[in-house]
Amino acid sequence: MADAALFEFLHMEMVAELWAHHSDPGPGVSAGSRGKEARAATGQKMSLSVLEGMGFRVGQALGERLPQETLAFREELDVLKFLCKDLWVAVFQKQMDSLRTNHQGTYVLQDNSFPLLIRMASGPQYLEEAPKFLAFTCGLLRGTLSTLGIKSLVTASVASLPTCKFQVVIQKT
Amino acid sequence: MSRPAHRRPEYHKINKDLFVLTYGALVAQLCKDYEKDEDVNKYLDKMGYGIGTRLVEDFLARSCVRRCHSYSEITDIIAQVAFKMYLGITPSVTCNNPSRTEFSLILDKNPLVEFVEELPAGRSSLCYCNLLCGIIRGALEMVHLAADVTFLQDTLKGDRVTEIGITFLKKLDEKKYRRKK
Repeated sequence: MADAALFEFLHMEMVAELWAHHSDPGPGVSAGSRGKEARAATGQKMSLSVLEGMGFRVGQALGERLPQETLAFREELDVLKFLCKDLWVAVFQKQMDSLRTNHQGTYVLQDNSFPLLIRMASGPQYLEEAPKFLAFTCGLLRGTLSTLGIKSLVTASVASLPTCKFQVVIQKT
Repeated sequence: MSRPAHRRPEYHKINKDLFVLTYGALVAQLCKDYEKDEDVNKYLDKMGYGIGTRLVEDFLARSCVRRCHSYSEITDIIAQVAFKMYLGITPSVTCNNPSRTEFSLILDKNPLVEFVEELPAGRSSLCYCNLLCGIIRGALEMVHLAADVTFLQDTLKGDRVTEIGITFLKKLDEKKYRRKK
């Protein structure tokens, strides 16, 4: 019976440590004409993709553990509804607050009090820091969708903590 | 009336799996970042320490631990309350020295390794669960107790059980360290 708190603490520590580690590419990367800013930007992208990649692997594994009846979805929209209700409840003990779609493969999932952001602040503070707390969860969504047979691109945006939006764009093969 | 969604047994399991799987992904990532096992172990311990310093407040808020008078009481609480609360297991406690400052937590079952069959190739010195040692060390330090915490036995290395050794380093001052109710 692992407490949800344990996951939240682990996630917080992972963001702090992986960010610190990956944001400096290290002496191996040639300094050359690249300015410090460019290196920092590359470092940021590396960290986000590392976190996203971890979330993806976890999402895939979680997808494999879902109850069998959930795997027999008829429509894409049903899968997204499942993510918003059942998966979100299982992982974050609450449902997604809203789901919108353009019925052409793009979905916006909104959580008004995202548990991984809620301890940080309310309002427009720390907007720059928010993306690294969302990367893992984006990967998680992408990974679960992948196990359910859907290839997607998931990004997140925050206008005001702790509300965040996850944008899922289905990739047609 | 059906049970609320988050109480359904399958979701309970997903929640538990989430931590274990995330931990696995973390160890895998650290193995990519660091070539030497000692470095991965050190990093896991460091991260665990960071988590422990915060987790202890969460623990004290949720449990109603009474004031402890000895190291063995503290170790009992770690095993019977904390481990039970966060990992759902209750390790047994043994005392390893007559002055009662060295203890072992014996885990028959270790939920963290549920999905791990064996250590990755070339990683025979990896202490997969080293995060736990850091957590215990960090938590104890927040309540003013210095301790060394290491793995003495590890099922992933072929031992029968997993054994975590806790060695308390400073004398506990009774009057000074009162726990909140």
